Amino acid sequence: MEKLKNPDDLVKYRKSLESKHRPDKIRIFICTTGCRALGADEVCKAFKAEIEKQSLSDNLEIVDTGCQGLCARAPVLTIEPMGIFYGRVTETDVPEIISRTIQKGEIIERLCYTEAGKRTPYIRDIPFYGKQKKIVLKNCGSIDPKSIDEYILRDGYAAISKVLATMTPDAVVNEVKNSGLRGRGGAGFPTGNKWEFVKKAQGDIKYLVCNGDEGDPGAFMDRAVLEGDPHSVIEGMLVGAYAIGSRKGFIYVRAEYPIAVEHLKIAIEQAKNLGLLGDNILGTNFSFDLEIKMGAGAFVCGEETALIASIEGKRGMPRPRPPFPATSGLWGKPTNINNVETFANVPVVILKGSEWYKAIGTETSKGTKIFALAGNVKNTGLVEVPMGTTLREIVFDIGGGIPGRKKFKAAQMGGPSGGCVPAQHLDLPIDYETVKEVGAIMGSGGLIVMDDSTSMVEIARYFMEFCQDESCGKCVPCRIGTKRMLDTLSRITNGEGKKEDISLLKELAEVTKTASLCGLGQTAANPVLSTIRYYLNEYEELINKKEAQPAAQPATAT
Amino acid sequence: MVSLFINGKKVEAEPSQTILQAAQKLGIHIPTLCHDPRLTPTGACRMCVVEAEGARTLVASCATPVSEGMKITTHSELVMRSRRLNLELIWSDHPNDCLTCDKTGECQLQRLMYEYDVKTSRFTDCNPSSRPDDSNPAIYRDMNKCILCGKCVRICDEVQNQHIWAFSNRGMQTSIATAFEKPLRESGCVFCGHCVSVCPVGALMDKPAMKKGRPWETRKVRTVCCYCGVGCSLVLHVKQGDILKVTADTHSPPNYGSLCVKGRYGFEFYRSPDRLKSPLIRDHIDQPFREASWEEAIKLVAQKLMEIKQKYGPDAFGCLSSSRGTNEENYLAQKFTRAVMGTNNMDNCARVCHAPSVTGLRAALGSGAATNSLADIEGAEVLIVSGSNTTEAHPVAALKIKKAVRHNGAKLIVIDPREIELVQYATVWLRLKPGTNVALINGLLHVILKEGLEDKEFIRQRTENIDMLRQVVSPYTPEKVEEITGVPGEDIIKAARIYAGTGKGMIVYGLGMTEHKAGSHGVMSLANLAMITGNIGRPNTGINPLRGQNNVQGSCDMGALPDVYTCYQKVDDPAANKKFSEAWNCQLPTKPGLKEPQMYKATLEGKLKAMYIIGYDPAATQANIHHVKSAMKKLDFLVVQEIFMTETARLAHVVLPAGCFFEKDGTFTNAERRVRLLNQAIQLPKGTKHDWEIMCLIANAMGYPMHYNHPKEIMEEVASLTPEFAGISFKRLEGDGLVWPVWDTNHPGTPILHKDTFTRGKGKLNDLLYTPSEELPDSSYPLYLTTGRRLYHYNNGSMSLRNPEIHSISSEEFVEIHPDDAGALDIKTDDRVRVTSRRGSLEVKALVTTRSRPGSVFLSFHFPETPTNVLTGPGEDMLALTPEYKVCAVKVELCAC
Repeated sequence: MEKLKNPDDLVKYRKSLESKHRPDKIRIFICTTGCRALGADEVCKAFKAEIEKQSLSDNLEIVDTGCQGLCARAPVLTIEPMGIFYGRVTETDVPEIISRTIQKGEIIERLCYTEAGKRTPYIRDIPFYGKQKKIVLKNCGSIDPKSIDEYILRDGYAAISKVLATMTPDAVVNEVKNSGLRGRGGAGFPTGNKWEFVKKAQGDIKYLVCNGDEGDPGAFMDRAVLEGDPHSVIEGMLVGAYAIGSRKGFIYVRAEYPIAVEHLKIAIEQAKNLGLLGDNILGTNFSFDLEIKMGAGAFVCGEETALIASIEGKRGMPRPRPPFPATSGLWGKPTNINNVETFANVPVVILKGSEWYKAIGTETSKGTKIFALAGNVKNTGLVEVPMGTTLREIVFDIGGGIPGRKKFKAAQMGGPSGGCVPAQHLDLPIDYETVKEVGAIMGSGGLIVMDDSTSMVEIARYFMEFCQDESCGKCVPCRIGTKRMLDTLSRITNGEGKKEDISLLKELAEVTKTASLCGLGQTAANPVLSTIRYYLNEYEELINKKEAQPAAQPATAT
Repeated sequence: MVSLFINGKKVEAEPSQTILQAAQKLGIHIPTLCHDPRLTPTGACRMCVVEAEGARTLVASCATPVSEGMKITTHSELVMRSRRLNLELIWSDHPNDCLTCDKTGECQLQRLMYEYDVKTSRFTDCNPSSRPDDSNPAIYRDMNKCILCGKCVRICDEVQNQHIWAFSNRGMQTSIATAFEKPLRESGCVFCGHCVSVCPVGALMDKPAMKKGRPWETRKVRTVCCYCGVGCSLVLHVKQGDILKVTADTHSPPNYGSLCVKGRYGFEFYRSPDRLKSPLIRDHIDQPFREASWEEAIKLVAQKLMEIKQKYGPDAFGCLSSSRGTNEENYLAQKFTRAVMGTNNMDNCARVCHAPSVTGLRAALGSGAATNSLADIEGAEVLIVSGSNTTEAHPVAALKIKKAVRHNGAKLIVIDPREIELVQYATVWLRLKPGTNVALINGLLHVILKEGLEDKEFIRQRTENIDMLRQVVSPYTPEKVEEITGVPGEDIIKAARIYAGTGKGMIVYGLGMTEHKAGSHGVMSLANLAMITGNIGRPNTGINPLRGQNNVQGSCDMGALPDVYTCYQKVDDPAANKKFSEAWNCQLPTKPGLKEPQMYKATLEGKLKAMYIIGYDPAATQANIHHVKSAMKKLDFLVVQEIFMTETARLAHVVLPAGCFFEKDGTFTNAERRVRLLNQAIQLPKGTKHDWEIMCLIANAMGYPMHYNHPKEIMEEVASLTPEFAGISFKRLEGDGLVWPVWDTNHPGTPILHKDTFTRGKGKLNDLLYTPSEELPDSSYPLYLTTGRRLYHYNNGSMSLRNPEIHSISSEEFVEIHPDDAGALDIKTDDRVRVTSRRGSLEVKALVTTRSRPGSVFLSFHFPETPTNVLTGPGEDMLALTPEYKVCAVKVELCAC
């Protein structure tokens, strides 16, 4: 493959791809990432074998895609251009889909999305999709993530091309600042400001790091983006690197995400081959090289200083800040770290402009947010909604509500660092600030729905166990404080609680929150504090009743 | 400077300083457990947290830099609550065994529990889960007590650079571990004990001290280490006449709290049952010794020496004093030799190590001493380490080299045939053939002069003889030097450019420079290198010999040499002779005396009849010891003053038992010319006397009045006769000592020599040709033998081998041989082999290692079972007569057994 030597080459290349594109061809998009766990690969193989057998390849094509969102129906597929959506497909369904749906245009009812007894064959009619606004996930589930051509066909690398051809680094920083884009890793720090710090930091070498160490139980937003649209992250990083003046980047991905790593490797290789990564990108003076660094299974490595230590080959343990990575990060050099979803937002901000972007969302929080909807909700899966969408819309309109005859009790947001949002806040428009006010955090996007049979003390205990397991052990309040909170919570759920345990928990929570070294410890008590805030009665009942609770296994979507 | 407010008080601090440092300025005490000013702040223990106005959480004051206008509260209610609960949490995971814990009284956790009045913990499920690690003799490890402050990890990484400790596991299972949980002995640990020294609790402890006493029962006595020329400051912990352990003061130069395995764990020799406890005498060396009273022994020595002096003249006597002895003892030894015996036949064991430094540096600069302080190493931009296996021979100096490279970005040029540990830190490693130093340095000089990289102004103003130097080094092209030395020409060019390219280039060298036929020449060559690049007379520059024994510098300074009195005042200088003759109330001889090797020669020729040897074991450590022993056996009378029965003492007529350095007051002078006090920590063993007392007793018995009440009076005499010591007194040496010259009683000392002018006026650029070693490998003896030191031992091993801890870690010698040579000889590691030279032969185990240069083998001389010096010694330095320990030819064969 010849390298693209200038922005015009990219346009020409895209046009040549467009000219080869056959819109009349039927394409079946099968999620072979998340859905792989439930047999998507076998379905895919069966389709390809059938196409081969029946020599249908002229008119029918199978496209392996990333997550299509409705994980509850996995394995899922979409047939275009008809827009038919099938779920829970098995390999035995394949000949029938070809003979009936593809060749005769018939709908196979049993594979259709069903709600309240009503079958909905077309994706446009499924409420799960209707209320979403896909900006970041626009390609996810509808292109082959292993093909740079498909990405380019969807205006891929047009953002970096625009930046290189028409924008100064300052202009890029200002555009991102103006868009109001905030860090999607959870803390919500304005991305443009972060870039500005690093841009202004002293140093000849600057690093750009993508944090793909998604570790919250039940969260899989970043995984879906990396698996389903890796080039969008690479392009976002290219724009960031140009803005801050970096020549070298790292994508830090959990080793538990092998498909993400595989797709990233392919994407990086393809981008290099086209001259979109490496030296003199698109024939300009801008050079940027990208390396994948796999984590070793530590939740704390999502914390930026621990992540830096891990990339450096050290044990992933956080260090005190300042100095912040923006001035002294990887190997002591100014380093910019953004989350996967943040980078994936960047090409859109550049292409559609900050004004367009900031029209979406709330006063303080712009754009969309991806949530991994999990737990006691019908439509578990991956959803992208504008900031300001209410919890009710997410849980009931998109999520389809609570299964069985149970009632909504609470949504746990922000994973182990987050808190529970109870039913009285269902109509809260979700953004960074509002969620915090009610005692949870936006977090990276984990959203676990709990029905009224859930013990909130048990939920607190579950998350505390997670934090204790994942504490790096460096600072006392986190290492021992979480253990003592876990001991206390276990005592209560075992029916051995004492009256003073609640005040003891509050005391421990205060110190771990105020005195821990890093975010993990500082937020570890949040699930306890938020459940005490809203469900104190459950604690008291358990202490008074002295009955053991069954251990919680909060359901996760995949 | 920024201003901030702490507890309402305004304080100014550097922007690089932390809140903790600013609070310390105000005298505000903030508790810490994981903080050490030498280490990167880690903020782990959270005891030092404070409230900062506007901050989301409490901040760790040890790790948070100050900023303008900051408002800090150090003891608010929230902070106090946090600290108390923090202590309660730590305590909940710590055994409650203070009553029996050896750390009680020194434990920082205990201190803070007291300070914060935390009586108990509400969380009481501490289950000691691991067994204490008792697998090595020096460091006791009980992970149940560990509070995970990480100081051990950091000091091992950042100061010792050994990287033995690391965090392992997570959450409550987190622990400190070695790689793969291997026992320390298999982990690469060098037993420096740094980790022990920083442990705030009883997780790491000095094993030898355990169950021997409480901290408040011990007296802390400051003294100076006796194991090498670094001269580390020590604190001895003494209980009822017994030393329990050794620590170091983190504020005291040159070691600032660092010690090596010998300094920290090598102290037990003093209580060895082998100590000599009574004078031993015999008429003839074929007879057994018999114990004698001091009166009898002194009388015998005095009488015999008088007889010999009368019968054969003063020059039939020779004295060798000790570089391990104090300045005062060395001063008295030379005074005795000159004033009482009337001869200048005076030498000391510097003869077998750094005499070429004295000769070479005096010839080039006018002063035979290191030009700069050890602390300067850390700030150098380029370091040349030549012929010094620093990490083993001078471990604490090596820490400074490592720090310069790892933390301060210095470039290191290592000149050594062996792949020593420092090679890992080197930018350029010049692996030369043994004995080709002068050729190599001439090569460097050639490149610098050819490329015009020299400091022309410095050369013009401060040196002489540049034209001759240019002429002499012009044939030493990189190609030619590559041929001689085996060092690739491009590396020579690279090294020359690096060193000439800095104004902070420092040369550090060891015996690999001096113990050659051209040893003095090698030293002069290094001086040439420093002078033509102007890298001398300023901080972080200069040329600095690392002295082998603890007081090599001092013994030479004190005039224990054949041609000079104190501080190199020449015996043949009439003014000096007059001054000393008047002071000592006698007519002193003006003819320079015999150097040590000349004494053996004179003995074999029948000219020298009696020797007096103090704390020196040439029968083990001189080269070609068969030759030395045959000379000693020929003496009419040999007196040895010793603490153990050494190889030399075995050849004596009289052995006088003396005190060791723990038992002495006095002074040592380290490699950076720092004169420092020894303080007597324990009583002399019964039956022994101080070396200085013995000298006085003999002098008096011989009719020369010599009276001192205390070594400080001897130093007063030295000061009165020595301009460089004029300002030195025991009183002024309290604390960290003084670096000579100290011209008067207000003078602060002189850490850097030759600032504006060289001691000799202009620096002499000596034009030197390469002279090959005396004995080169040939078909019969095809390998080079180089000898040197090992980390765990010292000199003849008389002290270091008598420490059970150290001996159990390193108990035997092995010959290091390169795999290529070993392969050709079918030798594998641990095979017993025979090493033979033209002079002798020995059996030893083999260690096959790439540390050795192909074609070269290496042996130390520490172990009596492996008397390496039967092999060494055909050559000697052309000027200083120091044996060429670094080069002789040997063959190695697999033993038949």
